[in-house]
Amino acid sequence: MAKDNKQFYHALKVSYDSCIGCSHCMISCPTEAIRIREGKAIIYENKCVDCGECLKVCPVYAIYIEEDDFNKINNYKHRIALVPEVFFGQFPAEMSKKQISDAILAFGFTEVVEVEISAPILAAQINNYAAANPDVKPLISSFCPAIVRLIQVKFPALTQNIMLLKPPIDITSLYVRKKMSEEGVQPEDIGVFYISTCAAKIAAIKSPVGEDISLINGIINMDTLFNKVFKYLKNEKSQEPEEVYKSINDTFSGWSLTSGESSHIKGRSLAIDGIHNTIEILEKVENEEIKNIDFLELRACDESCAGGVLLTANRFLVAETINNSKVSLQEYQTLDINHYKDYITERMTIQKVKPRSMMKLDENMEIAMMKLKKASKILQSLSLTDCTACGAPNCQAFANDIAQGNAEINQCFFIQRNKEISGEITVEESVNELKKIWGTRKFINKRK
Amino acid sequence: MKKLFFEYSVEAGNFTKAGDASSNFKKVLKQLNVDPQVIKRIVVALYEGEVNIVAHSVGGNIFCNIDPKSVNLILKDDGPGIPDINKAMQVGFSTASAKVREMGFGAGMGLVNMKNNVDFLKIESEMGKGTKVELTVNL
Repeated sequence: MAKDNKQFYHALKVSYDSCIGCSHCMISCPTEAIRIREGKAIIYENKCVDCGECLKVCPVYAIYIEEDDFNKINNYKHRIALVPEVFFGQFPAEMSKKQISDAILAFGFTEVVEVEISAPILAAQINNYAAANPDVKPLISSFCPAIVRLIQVKFPALTQNIMLLKPPIDITSLYVRKKMSEEGVQPEDIGVFYISTCAAKIAAIKSPVGEDISLINGIINMDTLFNKVFKYLKNEKSQEPEEVYKSINDTFSGWSLTSGESSHIKGRSLAIDGIHNTIEILEKVENEEIKNIDFLELRACDESCAGGVLLTANRFLVAETINNSKVSLQEYQTLDINHYKDYITERMTIQKVKPRSMMKLDENMEIAMMKLKKASKILQSLSLTDCTACGAPNCQAFANDIAQGNAEINQCFFIQRNKEISGEITVEESVNELKKIWGTRKFINKRK
Repeated sequence: MKKLFFEYSVEAGNFTKAGDASSNFKKVLKQLNVDPQVIKRIVVALYEGEVNIVAHSVGGNIFCNIDPKSVNLILKDDGPGIPDINKAMQVGFSTASAKVREMGFGAGMGLVNMKNNVDFLKIESEMGKGTKVELTVNL
């Protein structure tokens, strides 16, 4: 994979100690970014969009998401936990938002701010943006970073449709920083930590698309914090019944759930969740098979952020909890963040999202044509069983790999058998080919 | 000069499969690193033409020729033919049946949309024989 230069940060990592080379991840990857080599899953960095489908299907937890050391928060005098609403949605009803927030503070944070408090300002801005850009149809939400990356690599023509507005994480962080600096806090003393739902959000923070710098100082995985807080609240002795209070820590909007965004946008909109559903829609939007849609809310995870890979609770229950405690936009209008509306609105745009197609076989079209010819010829000689024994997710991907010099035809199990019959290669030679893909351990005879 | 050739057959009346040829060819163009906005123009025109064959003809074929300078598409069907090509090119003119319109097709924008997206368009039609639509997009 030497040809793949690592220009993009990815939060998804493979633990080679745990990976058993089972190929579940390779088959589930929507961008065909995974191959098996020497018995381990490897990720093509330029194809990966950090959607986390691989992590969801891994039976041995070998795929993990890199996070910052929790102690990193202590580098700052003011330690702000930027917590998505779905975090709170995971706890049982008897644990109030106030209790959950207090528990987060007990682990060293100085303030808890819910990510979605900026949603009403964003909703208004999206409607303004749509009105100012009537030719961009459909306007595609920039909310889900996995979707932004998916469009960049797989639907490059549609990068022009992505709305150039910051997602709630960045807007809320802008607000927190501004507010604190007005209170006299030095910028270097402010540490904003995002409690992440998924790999894509982390990748977006570490290497932002359309933004020069990230407004986030560090990342804590949501499961890490959930485990701490849940254990803390479980072990706490009986508490005084909590008064219901409205503050920035105690509001739900459902913005990060399916239809959370689209329901606030004027005109005809569609809300799609799940990366495969999204791909299906984008194929049709790209061909203009689907027309006259004003706004597309697209989320990589089933049930949107409630289905984020770093959530512990069941996604349907999380969505239910949030929907049950949903407050109206009006209730948000009383929040402190509205004092900073103008400041935020002026700083809400991002730069153009550039396409970076991963489907091209070569930069040079003539060479790409030769490779395409080669790949189609190879494909005709393959079994089309998509058996994955070659270490590629399907026969087409294998043929493309060969055409690009990343695989050998002798890695095909069926070709090997035929060549053994005709005497072109020995059984030992084909087993050696398979060992290169699946590692030597799988060829130890366990029946002895 | 290097050339690539692809052929797709298009079934009449099967709207479930309408768009398959376009999607397949789109994938080819992406693999060849054609500019994304140019791909979009080609595919939009091709999709319109493909749906026309499905909706109006008794079936046909699409022939795609690619070289590094241009993409040339020939969409040929076996009938019934277009009685008045000039009329067919008018915005909003449609012969589509109610059944077809219900499915979201046949708004009378097909050939117009096609023309707007390509650099060259030629339509030849003979009643009872069929229609040949040729279009070229320069790369």
